[in-house]
Amino acid sequence: MTNGFIAKFMRDSRSLDIVLVLIGSILLWEVVVRIFNPPAIILPAPSAIWAAFLQSPWIFVRNMLHTLSTTAIAFAISVGLGVILAVGIVQSRFLERTVYTLLIAVNSVPKVALAPLFVIWLGTGASSQLAVAVMLAIFPIVINTVLGLRSVDPDMLNLAKATRASKFDIIYKIRIPNALPSLFSGMKVGISFALVGAIVGEFVAGGRGLGFLVLTAQGQFDTTRVFVSLVLLGVMGTILFYAVDVMERIALPWHTSQRQPTT
Amino acid sequence: MNMIANRIADTYLQVRGAGKTYPSKHGSVVALSDINLDVRLGQFNSIVGPSGCGKSTLLKCIAGLENITSGNITVSGKPLIGPPDRMGVVFQRDVLLDWRTILDNVLLQAEFLGHPREQYRDRAMQLLERFGLKGYEKRHPWELSGGMRQRASICRALLCDPDLLLMDEPFGALDAMTRDDLNVELARIWQGTNKTVIFITHSISEAVFLADRVVMMSRGPGRIVDMFDVDLPRPRPLSVRETDPFGVYAQRIRHHFAELGVLHE
Ligand SMILES: Nc1ncnc2c1ncn2[C@@H]1O[C@H](COP(=O)(O)OP(=O)(O)O)[C@@H](O)[C@H]1O
Ligand SMILES: [Mg+2]
Repeated sequence: MTNGFIAKFMRDSRSLDIVLVLIGSILLWEVVVRIFNPPAIILPAPSAIWAAFLQSPWIFVRNMLHTLSTTAIAFAISVGLGVILAVGIVQSRFLERTVYTLLIAVNSVPKVALAPLFVIWLGTGASSQLAVAVMLAIFPIVINTVLGLRSVDPDMLNLAKATRASKFDIIYKIRIPNALPSLFSGMKVGISFALVGAIVGEFVAGGRGLGFLVLTAQGQFDTTRVFVSLVLLGVMGTILFYAVDVMERIALPWHTSQRQPTT
Repeated sequence: MNMIANRIADTYLQVRGAGKTYPSKHGSVVALSDINLDVRLGQFNSIVGPSGCGKSTLLKCIAGLENITSGNITVSGKPLIGPPDRMGVVFQRDVLLDWRTILDNVLLQAEFLGHPREQYRDRAMQLLERFGLKGYEKRHPWELSGGMRQRASICRALLCDPDLLLMDEPFGALDAMTRDDLNVELARIWQGTNKTVIFITHSISEAVFLADRVVMMSRGPGRIVDMFDVDLPRPRPLSVRETDPFGVYAQRIRHHFAELGVLHE
């Protein structure tokens, strides 16, 4: 590999930029900690965080899998329920005026503040965590999908009516495929919100998960273990986001191929 | 059959005293007023007029997409209730579905009409070939130029062999050369069929080039101000546009709109 090649690769590839910036930041962090030597309770070094992870990797992995499964299940429920709700809202004037109005109104409430209510209703543990995650994730999915279902070219609908297309054909062959790009942008926000919801759920409902680990480590002033959990959450969030991105590329080649310049 | 019966049978589409008023927040809008139009079976009608004169509204009323608020419309002698049978429509925007291939977009017409797709596959391929789209049937709309996309949307309208073809400024968004090509292709495909066409356009020369009859509309309120038959032999080469008789027809339209103070083009 020549320097010219590396330079070109760096210019072209955004993901490489991200990796380089991350590595650079970690190195800088390590160097700063070694030079200034702050107490580990304020800022542990990356090497110390790594060591803490290696000390009890299975505890972290187990809790990470718990948070992951809460997030994934909440996300799946939000997508399924969200799409059904959105189709109902677009098809029925009544649902639009009731459910959609309510959704829009509740959406402007800082929903995280409602999390403790779920503990009262559903008790501590997994179901409360799941409920909080669904509550956060479902809003962007429903709202985006409704917009997508509505944004059909009026002349396409004229054409369908002129050829006496059935209601089913209009929703199934026009509106839903037309809404997929918006659904996916809602899903990208939704997956992040599902993770936030899972963590908040673990904060308030306790039990298991990385959020719960953060809380217990904080109680023991074990900043290093807090950081292990945070790093794992960051990695998880990134992977989940890109998983949705890959799904979008596979499901919507007509959309993504237009958006991505072919270089 | 006697002469009179023949003449009645000949009138495919009849519009009598049709008016259309849209309700709106700032009072109602009279989009059409007292429209009278008799269209013969197989006749190619161009409707030309300034924007806002109700051309699209008239087309939508004939297509059964909007209800007229006065008068009546009959197709084949039957009062219009909803979209007529055996009709194809083409709009200025091709409204092809990006997630479908060109072939699947054309077959959409059969799906919507509730016909089995497979039965129309061969016909779809023939139509695509006749419009120079052979080899593109597996492509997606976003891989094609504007002219090719509009050709595909015409194929879709023609798939189930309609008797009535309604076209609302179908070539309005295309560049002049593509437009000329499509004018020639449309005339070629239409000729020898018995299809009745209502073709809306902004372009005076396009209106004359294609039509058996030109209908001129004006606004305030939307109404028909003049109509005349175009007596030029077919098939018409593009060069017919440089001939004197063609010039006389075009001048007649231009003169009319100049008088009404709405000259354009
Ligand atoms: N759905 C509608 N509601 C209210 N007014 C309309 C509607 N559609 C068209 N109009 C009005 O009717 C008139 C004729 O419009 P249109 O038929 O689109 O004209 P054209 O196609 O000749 O440009 C315009 O004044 C337009 O604003
Ligand atoms: Mg119009």
